Amino acid sequence: MSTSTDLIVKVEGLTKKFNGLTAVDSVSFEVKHGEVFGFLGPNGAGKSTTINILCTLLKPTSGKAVVSGYDVVKNPNAVRKEIGIIFQDPSLDDRLTAEDNLRFHGYLYNMDHKTIERRIPEVLELVELIDRRKDHVRKFSGGMKRRLEIARGLLHCPKLLFLDEPTLGLDPQTRAHIWDYVLKMRQESGLSIFMTTHYMQEAEVCDRIAIIDHGKIVDLDSPARLKEKYKEQTLEGVFLKLTGREIRPQAAESAWVQWMRRP
Amino acid sequence: MGELWAIYILWLRDLKRYFYDKPRIVASLGQPILFLFVLGTALSPSFAGPGGIKFSEFIFPGIISMTVLFTSVFSAMSIVWDREFGFLKEVLVAPVSRFSIVVGKAFGGSTVAVLQGCLMLALAPLVGVKLSLLKVLKSVAAMFLIAFAMNGLGIVIAARMKEMEGFQMIVNFLIMPIFFLSGALFPLDRLPGWLTVLTRVDPLTYGVDLTRRVMLGVSAFNVFFSLSVILGFAFVMFLIAVYEFNLAD
Repeated sequence: MSTSTDLIVKVEGLTKKFNGLTAVDSVSFEVKHGEVFGFLGPNGAGKSTTINILCTLLKPTSGKAVVSGYDVVKNPNAVRKEIGIIFQDPSLDDRLTAEDNLRFHGYLYNMDHKTIERRIPEVLELVELIDRRKDHVRKFSGGMKRRLEIARGLLHCPKLLFLDEPTLGLDPQTRAHIWDYVLKMRQESGLSIFMTTHYMQEAEVCDRIAIIDHGKIVDLDSPARLKEKYKEQTLEGVFLKLTGREIRPQAAESAWVQWMRRP
Repeated sequence: MGELWAIYILWLRDLKRYFYDKPRIVASLGQPILFLFVLGTALSPSFAGPGGIKFSEFIFPGIISMTVLFTSVFSAMSIVWDREFGFLKEVLVAPVSRFSIVVGKAFGGSTVAVLQGCLMLALAPLVGVKLSLLKVLKSVAAMFLIAFAMNGLGIVIAARMKEMEGFQMIVNFLIMPIFFLSGALFPLDRLPGWLTVLTRVDPLTYGVDLTRRVMLGVSAFNVFFSLSVILGFAFVMFLIAVYEFNLAD
C-alpha cells in the first residue's frame, strides 16, 4: 500500500457532467512518482476530459483530484507549476520563432532569465531542433511542431508530463523519436508521465494502464498482467475485449470543444 | 514577481506579432489615408470649422482615433484566433492569474494600436497640423486611453465569441457605428436631436474630443468629463473581461 507522498496523482470519485451528459463517472485511481501511466479508451470515453480536469482547465462536477500534493480546484496555480502538457491539438504561436515560443513559455512559468536561456538549447537539443531555433514555427512540419511542443512541455522541468495523444497523425519515425525523448527524460529526471494514445503498441511502454470506457475505469493493471488476465497476445486484444468493437461517437470530446467555444 | 513577467511576455508577444506582419501594418494605413486626404481635401471647401480650422485638420484627430479604434479591437480579436488554433490553452494552463492574462493582453493590444496611431500622427505636417513635443506626448496619452478602452471592449467580445465567423458582424454593427457616431468626421454642435443623443452615448466621442483638444485646441466637452467617461468605460470593460476569463476556469 503506497502512502500519499509516493503519489503524483490521486483521484477520488471524479465526475464531470456537461449539460446532463456524464463524461467522467466517479473515476478513482493513483499514479506513483516516476511512473508511466497510460489512459486508454475509445473516442469519447472521457480521457481528455479527465486530463483537462487534472491540468486545471476544467472544474470537476464532483470528486477530488490531487496533483503533486495540490488540489486541482483549491490550488490550481500550484498544480500548473508542477505539470507540463502536450495537448492533442497544436498549441504553438506560429508567428513566433521556435526559440520565442519557448521563451514565452519560460516567462509564463516564472522561470528566471538565466535558467530560460540555459534550458532553451537543452530542450531543443533533446528534440533535435537546435538548428531551427530561429525559424518561425509556420515553416515547421507537423512532426517538428510536435517535437517543439515536447521541448516546451519539458522546459520548466515539470514533475508530471501529460501527453494527450502526442503521436496522433505523425509518421512512424517521428513517433519513435518522441517516445525516445520522453523516456530519456524520464530516466534522467524521474519525470512521471500521464499519457493517452490510440496506438496500443505505444501503450506497452506504460508501467500501468487504465482502460476507460463510458466515463468509467474498466480495468487498471500493468500491460503484462492485463494480457495474462484476459488471455490475449496483445494490448489491442485486451482493449477490444474490454471496450467492444462498436465505433464510438465523439460525444464527450465535443462537449469539451463546446465548452471551449461557449457563448 | 512572476505575474509581472507574465504580463510582460504577453505584451511582448503582441508586439512581436505586430512587427512580424509588416504588410499588415502598411495595409491598415490605407483606409485612414484615404479618409484623410481624399475626404479631407474634397470636403474642405464646404466646411466651416471652429476657429477657421480646415476640414482635413479637423478630421485628423478623428482619423487617428479611427486607426487606434480599429487596431485595438482587431488586436483583442486575436484571442479568438488563439482559441481556434489552440494557443490560448498554453496560456490558460500556465501558472498565471486570469487577471494578469487580461492585463497583458490589454497592454499588448493598446501598445500596438498606439504604434499604429503614431504612424498616422507622423502625417501631421502634410495636413498642416503643427505639433510640439508636448502635443505629441499628450496625443500619445490620448491615443493610449482610446486604445485601452476599445481594446477592453474587444477582449469582452472576443471572450464570448465562438469563432471568427461573427467577426464581420461585429465590425459592421459595432465598430463602424462607434467610429461614425464619434464625431471623428463632423462637429458635434449642429446635429439634430436623435443624432446628438447617439453621439453622446458613444464612448469614442469623448476620446476623439480629447485628441482634438490636444492637437487642435478645440473641443466640445470639459476635459475632466471626457477623461472620466473614457477612463470609466475602460475600467468597466476591464472588469467584465477579467470576470469572463475567470468563468473559463
